[in-house]
Amino acid sequence: MALTLTGVQRSTARSLSAGEATGMLLYRNFLAYRRAWYIFATGFLEPLLYLFSIGVGVGALVGDFTFNGQTVPYAEFVAPGMLAASAMNGSVLDSTFNFFFKLKYNKLFDQMLATPLTTLDIARGELSWSLLRGGTYSAGFLLVMLAMGLVSSWWAVLVVPAALLIGAAFGAVCMALTTWMRSWQDFELVTLATLPMFLFSATFFPVSAYPGAVRWVVEATPLYRGVVLCRELTTGAVTWASAVSVVYLLVMVVVGLLLCRRRLDSLLLT
Amino acid sequence: MATEPIGRPSPGTAPRSTLDGALRLLDYWTTAYRRTWKGSAVSSFVVPLLYVLAMGVLLGGFVEADPATLEGATSYLAFVVPGMVAAQSMTTVFGEVTYPVMGMVKWHKTYYAMTAGPLAVPHVVLAHLGFVAFRVAVTAAVFLAVVTPFGVHESWWGVLLAFPAQVLIGLAFAAPIYAFSAGLKDESAFALVFRLGMIPLFLFSGAFFPVANLDQPLETLAVLTPLWHGVDLTRMLTLGTLEAGPALVHVAYLGGLVVLGWWWALRRLERRMVV
Amino acid sequence: MTLSEPGSMIHAADLRKSFGGFEAVRGIDVDVRPGEAFGFLGPNGAGKSSTMRMVAAVSPVSGGTLRILGMDPATDGPAIRARIGVCPQEDTLDTELTVWENLFVYGRYFGLPKAEVREKVEELLEFVQLTDKAKAMVDDLSGGMKRRLTIARSLVNSPELLLLDEPTTGLDPQARHVVWDRLFRLKQQGVTLVLTTHYMDEAEQLTDRLVVMDKGLIVAEGSPLALIAEHSTREVAELRFPVAAEGGTHEPLAESVADLAERVEVLPDRLLLYTHDGEETMAKVHERGLEPIATLVRRSTLEDVFLRLTGRTLVD
Repeated sequence: MALTLTGVQRSTARSLSAGEATGMLLYRNFLAYRRAWYIFATGFLEPLLYLFSIGVGVGALVGDFTFNGQTVPYAEFVAPGMLAASAMNGSVLDSTFNFFFKLKYNKLFDQMLATPLTTLDIARGELSWSLLRGGTYSAGFLLVMLAMGLVSSWWAVLVVPAALLIGAAFGAVCMALTTWMRSWQDFELVTLATLPMFLFSATFFPVSAYPGAVRWVVEATPLYRGVVLCRELTTGAVTWASAVSVVYLLVMVVVGLLLCRRRLDSLLLT
Repeated sequence: MATEPIGRPSPGTAPRSTLDGALRLLDYWTTAYRRTWKGSAVSSFVVPLLYVLAMGVLLGGFVEADPATLEGATSYLAFVVPGMVAAQSMTTVFGEVTYPVMGMVKWHKTYYAMTAGPLAVPHVVLAHLGFVAFRVAVTAAVFLAVVTPFGVHESWWGVLLAFPAQVLIGLAFAAPIYAFSAGLKDESAFALVFRLGMIPLFLFSGAFFPVANLDQPLETLAVLTPLWHGVDLTRMLTLGTLEAGPALVHVAYLGGLVVLGWWWALRRLERRMVV
Repeated sequence: MTLSEPGSMIHAADLRKSFGGFEAVRGIDVDVRPGEAFGFLGPNGAGKSSTMRMVAAVSPVSGGTLRILGMDPATDGPAIRARIGVCPQEDTLDTELTVWENLFVYGRYFGLPKAEVREKVEELLEFVQLTDKAKAMVDDLSGGMKRRLTIARSLVNSPELLLLDEPTTGLDPQARHVVWDRLFRLKQQGVTLVLTTHYMDEAEQLTDRLVVMDKGLIVAEGSPLALIAEHSTREVAELRFPVAAEGGTHEPLAESVADLAERVEVLPDRLLLYTHDGEETMAKVHERGLEPIATLVRRSTLEDVFLRLTGRTLVD
């Protein structure tokens, strides 16, 4: 049997470039998800259901809101909020539950580190997968908004990259935080952190509902920055202040990724 | 061998009734609950409160209160709270009778250990559903008590009745879903149960807005869901607008689900375990 | 600074590993030559796995020198890992993928072209006798099959050096023999094998040369036969007695036969008499009126070497 030394070796194993490595991880996740395509498909539904229920159903009870000086019907107000929130939720799910499963149960990363892949390759690859998925959902959601007449500006095209940025920011930070998790019990903390953001980050009602100091706190949370950014894009109220949100989220991406790499190094390379 | 036997050891006995058998599992469930109640505290108590605060109080501030559009409620908060209470009774159940049941049948095989002695499938099912009813009762009691200061309860006896109504709503979901889980081979279907079952029910069964706001075929569909019956029953009770006819329909519908679910659960689990 | 022996696959000098205050490897010297099968033998906690992880370039060295294929794992980790194969102690198979996909995806991590990996996967499945399981999910495999799949996976890049950490721990005897058979074939093909084990029969079967590790140090080195010749006698007469009562020992019994053997080891349920002729020793034991519940004469093994060197048994 020509197995190793006697076999004709045409190519030599080698280290991969960052792009190649990310491609490999995406491919691995594609294979794994191919059997659970319906999980991928139904993930798209959740923000839509919230939009129909709260935006349309409850919207019938709520009057119009004023946002950046323009009057906005309730559904048009809620839709970008849902888009941003679902970018966060999807990314958090991937970077906490799924990441934890691969790290502690499937031992997937131990396996990958026996190959030329590095911890940074892993962090980048996992985040890319999560973004690919989130980006698909966001684009679909944008089309639904368009069909429902909830988009009033060409700026809205940029809402997909904005959603990717939100996903990357939460994904990077949550992957890093997940490395500290000890058991599934700790995931209550994830709910405890993301649900208040989902409910209170001006997703369902304007930030004017809050008294002064509380309002500042809300305005400083990452999801609020994401929601406002998306809303500015779909309503066309883009200003220089929008850049604050972009920078805020970019910083989260970089800090999260670096921290994640450091943590993976100290967890897996001991 | 080290100690002298003191008298004769009592012999094990077969349970006298289904209830007697189920009660022998009480210690198992108390031990398990003692270990996990903290973990479930967030989803049981914190989550519903956050929803009440966000939807009821803050978003409700933007809703023009008109009893004619709010099924008789004088504020959106008073409207949404009973909806949330009933919805919470449902979501608690979804968490308790999906993955945990799969765990006890397939992963940890706890049920097999329980039935290796004189106990059998009906005892196990009754004990498990009993535990779920207990979880729903605790959650509902805390929820109903905590929202009292918001002034959303119009009738005190209504609120007292709303409490057992939650247990009924809980069991109406618990028994059939339990049956579904008990026979399930692979857990990936649960993702769909949550996404295509629980979330649409939560959002469209009249908890957040009157089902009359839905377009016609959808409104009828919503009215047919068990959660709508639960929401409407709870809302009639807390708002003090109880009408005997509709209330009886709700109770009969939910009670029917419990009976059907119980029968189906025994069948499915026996077919799975007794081979 | 120690220079690597030319052509050395692994060169370690005064290699150390500590976790916090605990020193798992306390300065070991090892040189593994191309084509040999080299073993680390020792009980759990001897420092074997820590050494293996350092050699696999996934665990930073705490002290000393380590060169793998002439490269430094601290700086050339990915390059080293591209050329070695690793079969970890715990199977780290991807449970979300099929058997075939496990091998294929893993092969692609090494930057090998698709067509070549595909061919390799078929070859490896054949080699570990899993061809008919290609489409099965990993969870549906038996323990022995999972192990074989892990071994196949470690060969996907045609490694020059194969690291096997406890390759057969937890397998039933039949499954172990299948794995041994496959590893033996690899050895015949000239692959350099490095394995850790706490089974002395595994070490005797598979390795040309081994080191015995205990508490983070190497206590002996040589071929299995040489180690036995050096540290034990040709034969052993085992006398089995009822387990000594709480607080008591078989020490007095041992003293009564001490002069019949070169050395006597006392275990809770047995006496081991180290001697050149087991049968003859056994006959003398019976003459003295001792009545063990069972007796056995056997050849010395690495287990005896370990007992001699450390005063403890390998598997406890």
